[in-house]
Amino acid sequence: MIVAAGTFTAPSIDWFALAPLLVLLVGGLVLLVTASFTPQWPKHLYAYATVALGLAAMVVAFVQWHAITRDGPKLLVGNAVSYDHFSMFGIITICIGLSLSAMVTDDFLRREGMEGPEIYGLYLMAAVGGIVMVMSNDLIVLFLGLETLSISLYVLAASNRRRAESQEAGIKYFVLGGFSSAFFLYGIALIYGGTGSTNFNRILTAFDSVPLQRKDSLVLVGVALLLVGLGFKVSAAPFHFWAPDVYQGSPTPVTAFMASVGKAAAFAALFRVFVVALPNWKDDWRPVVWVLAILTLLVGSISAVVQTNVKRMLAYSSISHAGFILIGLEAAGHSGASTRSGMPSSMMYLMIYSVLVIGTFAVVAVVGRTGDGATDLGSFRGLSRQKPWLATALTVFLLAQAGVPLTSGFIAKFGVIEAAVDEHSYALATIAMVSAVIGAFLYLRILISVWLADAEVGDEKREAMHIPISTGAAILLCVGFTIYVGVNPEWLIQASDRVVLVAVPVVGG
Amino acid sequence: MLDLVWLIPALPLAGFLIILVLGRRLGEPRSGYLATLMTGTAFVVTVGVFIDLLSKTTEERAHIKTIFTWLPVGNLKVDLAFLADPLSITMALFVTGIGSLIHLYSIGYMHGDPKFSKFFLYLNLFVFSMLMLVLGENMLVTFLGWEGVGTCSYLLISFWHTRESAATAGKKAFVTNRVGDWGFMVAMFFTFQAVGSLSYAPLNEAARSGSIAQSTATVIALMLFVGAVGKSAQLPLYLWLPDAMEGPTPVSALIHAATMVTAGVYLMVRTSPVLAIAAWHWAPWIVAGIGAATALYAATIAVAQNDIKKVLAYSTVSQLGYMFLAVGSGAYVAAIFHMITHAFFKALLFLGSGSVIHGMNGEQDMRKMGALRKLMPITGFTFIIGWLAIAGVPPFAGFWSKDEILLFAWDKSPILWGVGLVTALLTAYYMTRQVIMVFYGKARWDDHAAEHGAHGDTHPHESPWTMVTPLVVLAGLSVVGGAIQLPFSATTKRLESWLEPVIATSERPLKSGSEDIKWVLAGIAVLIGVAGIAGAYVVYSKKKVKAIEPAVLANAWYYDKTVSDFMGGPGRKSFEFIAWFDQRIIDGAVNGAGRMVQGAAGVVRKGQSGLVRTYAALIGLGAVLLIAWFVFRGVAQ
Repeated sequence: MIVAAGTFTAPSIDWFALAPLLVLLVGGLVLLVTASFTPQWPKHLYAYATVALGLAAMVVAFVQWHAITRDGPKLLVGNAVSYDHFSMFGIITICIGLSLSAMVTDDFLRREGMEGPEIYGLYLMAAVGGIVMVMSNDLIVLFLGLETLSISLYVLAASNRRRAESQEAGIKYFVLGGFSSAFFLYGIALIYGGTGSTNFNRILTAFDSVPLQRKDSLVLVGVALLLVGLGFKVSAAPFHFWAPDVYQGSPTPVTAFMASVGKAAAFAALFRVFVVALPNWKDDWRPVVWVLAILTLLVGSISAVVQTNVKRMLAYSSISHAGFILIGLEAAGHSGASTRSGMPSSMMYLMIYSVLVIGTFAVVAVVGRTGDGATDLGSFRGLSRQKPWLATALTVFLLAQAGVPLTSGFIAKFGVIEAAVDEHSYALATIAMVSAVIGAFLYLRILISVWLADAEVGDEKREAMHIPISTGAAILLCVGFTIYVGVNPEWLIQASDRVVLVAVPVVGG
Repeated sequence: MLDLVWLIPALPLAGFLIILVLGRRLGEPRSGYLATLMTGTAFVVTVGVFIDLLSKTTEERAHIKTIFTWLPVGNLKVDLAFLADPLSITMALFVTGIGSLIHLYSIGYMHGDPKFSKFFLYLNLFVFSMLMLVLGENMLVTFLGWEGVGTCSYLLISFWHTRESAATAGKKAFVTNRVGDWGFMVAMFFTFQAVGSLSYAPLNEAARSGSIAQSTATVIALMLFVGAVGKSAQLPLYLWLPDAMEGPTPVSALIHAATMVTAGVYLMVRTSPVLAIAAWHWAPWIVAGIGAATALYAATIAVAQNDIKKVLAYSTVSQLGYMFLAVGSGAYVAAIFHMITHAFFKALLFLGSGSVIHGMNGEQDMRKMGALRKLMPITGFTFIIGWLAIAGVPPFAGFWSKDEILLFAWDKSPILWGVGLVTALLTAYYMTRQVIMVFYGKARWDDHAAEHGAHGDTHPHESPWTMVTPLVVLAGLSVVGGAIQLPFSATTKRLESWLEPVIATSERPLKSGSEDIKWVLAGIAVLIGVAGIAGAYVVYSKKKVKAIEPAVLANAWYYDKTVSDFMGGPGRKSFEFIAWFDQRIIDGAVNGAGRMVQGAAGVVRKGQSGLVRTYAALIGLGAVLLIAWFVFRGVAQ
């Protein structure tokens, strides 16, 4: 397989198909380079540029979505990248997350006195990494995306130099992230050893070739290691330990970015690897995913109950959401990519959750005030009297996260549970409902503080809460999306149903 | 008019939104009147729909109004739609009717409360949710309302959250209700799996035609019953209802007596074919058994309570047990009938107790009352009517409905009938006890005031017109309410013929033997009621016999205490055990963060010493387990 340098021919590249990626990559580099040679840009401009790039990439992705509907999916760059609805859905999710996070970040940075282009550059690079993961059709490419995303996130977590918690979060995330990447990389090596390739198509077809047995331990251990590596990134229990600390310590908008873009990309990669490349081993990995899903659901919802810091609560809630998405993976593990509901419902869940979590953290960022410190439950007391509209928005987000009907969160949860029921995973569906029931306690606890309790003693001495325009706009967009999808989910469900048409089966081994 | 059914929930929703936006500007009492007006108008619309339905033939009495298609995915199609049929309109009539009266009453009761308009905000939201619940055409819309009423109940119980007990009570209500919600959710998914739809019509149709497997039907019916047990405060999940009395009294009357707690009964009636026809024959026995047990159990507790509202709360639990006894016995009409009459007299009793509490400046201990009849004539008079109704004295409303339930219970099994009868005896006894302690005998408030000195002067007084009017109206209904279903002939059974399209196939026909002796049974029931009243009269008025109020009853059989001891002790421990790793980490991180402010060097040191290592070790452990599994799969080949 080793190709002599002299005979190496570069694969042909369809540049248009890679446009969303290129927009963000080039845009990010230009932003960083220009900003370092020019003095401080006027207010808002860094953020606006980022939002514009995110929207541009999203528009291109929409155009490509229709092109794929017309022409069908295909593989690019020597079969290493897939160009299909799954990719586009993931890209759109990432771009939504990127743009909304940037809107929230803008005012936050000014308030904390950290204004500058670096954070946005890192956001863009992280998004590029995420898109590479979503589009990957090769384990090595996937790993490149994963590292691009992760390294950006490590730096972002530690980006508030004035707060020790932020530094601590960065270091913890970095050490543990490196640890898990090692697992992942080792998994790639074993898969390569067992199947002779890192390309998804080849891995898929290697199963049928004579020398390879399904029970080849080399491949099986490789599958286990890949699951550990990706399980860490999606914060599935028992690999979730980093999440509460990192979510709590990172600057709040960065937490929002991590929970939306980071999680969406990691889950998309998980689906790519397990449903697209490794369906032949699904009887081996499905029971493991089943256990991970249950652990994740229970750890997330039960641990959340005893927390007192809202960011930490939301971190556990994010773990519990990961459990729900794993239910979708388990369902997809029954009938592979052809199943209607497992993969689509999970991808839809990711998009809905990304919007919800950014909205929620945007409110937390406003309530946190300068120093980003007022995030314990007490700081939310009496919010309804000081900022009734902010309180209403938070209520919408939390109810949606709890899965109340007529909000997008209900559609999301309903989708994955329906997928589980369709595949007769009754135990999993039942436990999911139990954990939804327990989890609701957490959200209601926050709401009680917001609506019923009087403000903390001494709260009036703190600086007044201030809702800046772009954060307010982001919150408004998130509320709009949450309610609109909750009331009229049809278009989103139908769009997400298309993601099962991945590019792999089209091109033979 | 039928097409306007959507207006019924829309009006209170509008009220909610207006108060949400303008609440502070409207202030007291305008927001109260606005809320009352909205609910009142909803009542008028409901009456219009009711009349429209009456003019239709029996077969046409089901009208579906679809607002829009909500979830149109593949084989699943869920509409946001309302169903106007005899059952839902009956429910809507008394929800909006009694709701309006209680809104009006609240204007007087909440007078001077700093959160006056917020109270009406929640109240309107509650009425809206309750109407969604009863008017929903499918389980999902009902579930939306189901969650809504739960949340409102939670918010209203903790309304006076500065009282520690109120906040705890709210929490308890929430937790026990969630168990019920879980049952509902599971039932919903099984229904979808079995029928491919969440609408009631196909589910009931499948149950009637037998196209649904018996085992599936049993699971659906029992899971719905789990939901009903949580919402309607039956054993073993009744705990929250007595505690819910921490909320303002109008809330107790509206939510915890007349409407929300009957949602479980409504649900069982709505899906009656599943339980009555499709499920295994022992499933109704479970419902009847739990209903009868709850009825008796709660009645024994009510005998020894001294808080005026606690007596009524346990009495409500007991009466709800009656309704489930009816459902389990296949007496669906009787269940609805008792729900209606109970709504009249129990709302009356609660509002009456609220009027007493109002007049007594917040005192709720019956031992410190007495002889209030003369000082609060209207409250006293109406309360006495409520008492006669619940005690089962003919011709008041409660007699007729209770009698019908007992008849069906006899038909199902004399044991159930016996339990019902003992409950009736106890009910008459504790209600008489309450009336004597509050309205007759010697005025005891002065003694206590003198003893403690803290209460100062208590001058019981009659309440304002906004509070008294609803009392009078409800008293009237408690007298004549039985007229909607009199057991004399088929034509006097008006409720039965009205509800026929909904429950015709699931109502259990009586054996001829039972039909023959129904007047004998009624006579026994009357005698039992009179015996209960006489007993209490001898004990509490004549004081010839010493009252039997053992501590075990006053403390509700220590069930609550046992549960909270468990939840506070081992239960909480197990929660904490699960969160153990994270607990440690919180401490580590918080303490660590404090120290780390000293310098970045400290961060690195701290980051590398211990905690991260622990995480990494746990991740490593997880990885080892995963690898072990996969290797095992490889070897096991």
